[in-house]
Amino acid sequence: MRRFGLAGWTVLGLAGLYFIVPLLMTVSFSLWQGHGNYGFDAYRSLLARPNLLPSLIVSIELGLATCAAIVLLLAPAMIFMHLYAPKLRPVFEFIAALPFVVPAIALVAGLSVLFTGPDWLIGTPFYLTIPYFFLALPYAYRAIDVGIRAIDLTTLTEAGQSLGASLGQIIRMVVLPSLRPALIGSMLLSFAVVMGEFTFANVLLFHTFAVLINEVGQNAPTEAAALSTLSFLITWGAMLGVLMVGRGNAQLGGAR
Amino acid sequence: MATVEARGVSKSYQGRTVLASLDLDMGEAELICLLGPSGCGKTTLLRIIAGFITPDTGTVHVGGRDVTALPPAARKMGMVFQAYSLFPNMTALDNVRFGPRVAGQAKTEQVKRAGELLDLVGLAQHRDKYPHQMSGGQQQRVALARALAVRPDVLLLDEPLSALDAKVRLQLREEIRRIQRETKVTTVLVTHDQEEALSISDRVAVMNGGKLLQVATPSVIYRQPADAFVARFIGLAGILPGVAEGAAVRMSNGTILPADAAVAHQSGRSVEMFLRPEHVRLQRMNGHVPPGALAADVQEATFLGSLTRVRLRLPELPDHAGLWADMPSEHAADFAPGQRVTAHWHETSPHVIAVEAAQAS
Ligand SMILES: Nc1ncnc2c1ncn2[C@@H]1O[C@H](COP(=O)(O)OP(=O)(O)O)[C@@H](O)[C@H]1O
Ligand SMILES: [Mg+2]
Repeated sequence: MRRFGLAGWTVLGLAGLYFIVPLLMTVSFSLWQGHGNYGFDAYRSLLARPNLLPSLIVSIELGLATCAAIVLLLAPAMIFMHLYAPKLRPVFEFIAALPFVVPAIALVAGLSVLFTGPDWLIGTPFYLTIPYFFLALPYAYRAIDVGIRAIDLTTLTEAGQSLGASLGQIIRMVVLPSLRPALIGSMLLSFAVVMGEFTFANVLLFHTFAVLINEVGQNAPTEAAALSTLSFLITWGAMLGVLMVGRGNAQLGGAR
Repeated sequence: MATVEARGVSKSYQGRTVLASLDLDMGEAELICLLGPSGCGKTTLLRIIAGFITPDTGTVHVGGRDVTALPPAARKMGMVFQAYSLFPNMTALDNVRFGPRVAGQAKTEQVKRAGELLDLVGLAQHRDKYPHQMSGGQQQRVALARALAVRPDVLLLDEPLSALDAKVRLQLREEIRRIQRETKVTTVLVTHDQEEALSISDRVAVMNGGKLLQVATPSVIYRQPADAFVARFIGLAGILPGVAEGAAVRMSNGTILPADAAVAHQSGRSVEMFLRPEHVRLQRMNGHVPPGALAADVQEATFLGSLTRVRLRLPELPDHAGLWADMPSEHAADFAPGQRVTAHWHETSPHVIAVEAAQAS
């Protein structure tokens, strides 16, 4: 093992400070009760807000719906692309990168033009699943793509076929289980994206968790800090989940 | 355990011919190696037999049954790939019982069959390991067991050993041969390694440029190559161009060299004479070159263990023709680099091929 060296530690320390200082400040501000008093008042009044739970639930539901769309639509599409239409890869890459290129506000402007349709679609927050799918696409696409590249999808499929299995059996018994860590990773990332999305929900007047954070921030800054701390913990938990699953992934990847 | 007949099989991609109307006949329980340089169409032919590629023309029959239109899953063929083909989410045992499992066999049957096959490939104690916990050689053994678990009519292996290191490769190829003999499954093995092909095949099918040049036993391939490509591709040979003249070949400088095989060619015909290193005898030069022999300079002597291989330059021949000679290592001291020698051979040893054939390939 090579020694890390003083310069290395310095850089690491500075980077660590850069991340930790704002976080500590937020936490300490969330505990501030004015006049040098510290306590959990902000958290208490936050939890007492009647719209906290509903907005959290809406966001979680949206997150789950987006995850479902990723697994049921994106994953199969990518598997078939890899197997039967590798030439379409650039098209997929392009579409997956679009949300990075087009600002969210432009997307939402376009979307509100199309904001007509049957009530069951546009009348519920689940309408947001459509734009959220595209917002999560870059992250989910990357995660699944890495997973698919880590296994030799074509060879595995052909091996399965030569053993008499149908394509459905192969996808169910071999491909999806082998991609499990990648799929879980893509779902956690998508979930985190949805939990933090503000622009769409706000412009389209849906009351999600992120909208709530913003709203609280306008009139109760310490509560907003408390909310940020909570949502950081949720996100952090999700990331920890990704890392834990990623370890399982490394084991599967070791098959190469 | 079935015959395989490929008839008039061709395939082109974007107008480029990859297989040109090719015929291959295999007997029951036969092991044939498809041998040829990279890109000559071996994999394409194997995948046509397996059903992963549809040929442009031609048919494939297995056990007399036309399977050309059948998808791979319906062909009862076991396939072993170069590497990375084990299902990463399954243990060795689950990999091997995959075929019986999708065929709807009872679980106890599946496990019993898979256990027997893991025994056969010598991995009984590794049945609960995942692919990433096994070495490359072990993974290929599992892949072989998995392919055999469906009791295939035909076993197809595409360079199954090429990703392994030399020692494991050697072991495993013997084992493939043993298992093939035990299970008596008709087998096609693709390789670009001639030693591998010669050592385990019943017959070797030498391919080049999308054509089968020769299908014959290893010893015939080695001793009587059908054309100049096969002669050059298989083993090492000194090649002396000349003109057929009765039971001899006349070199461009007028030297007449004995070669019984030349009688098969019209006198005056341009031919190439092929000499294997084991047929060339050397003597230290003692003033004159006897008739039927060639003067040569030792360029290099390579110690190969029991044998030493001597590379010779033939200064009297204008085109820098080369020749090799093998000799027991204990005699090699006489033939150090720079030594002038005479090379000769028994008149039945050389193989003679007409030059048109050489140019055609
Ligand atoms: N799908 C394909 N499209 C275009 N060319 C191909 C395709 N598959 C194979 N080829 C070409 O066909 C030739 C034979 O390929 P292959 O059968 O894989 O050779 P080998 O296995 O003997 O190395 C190669 O030149 C290869 O580039
Ligand atoms: Mg090949």
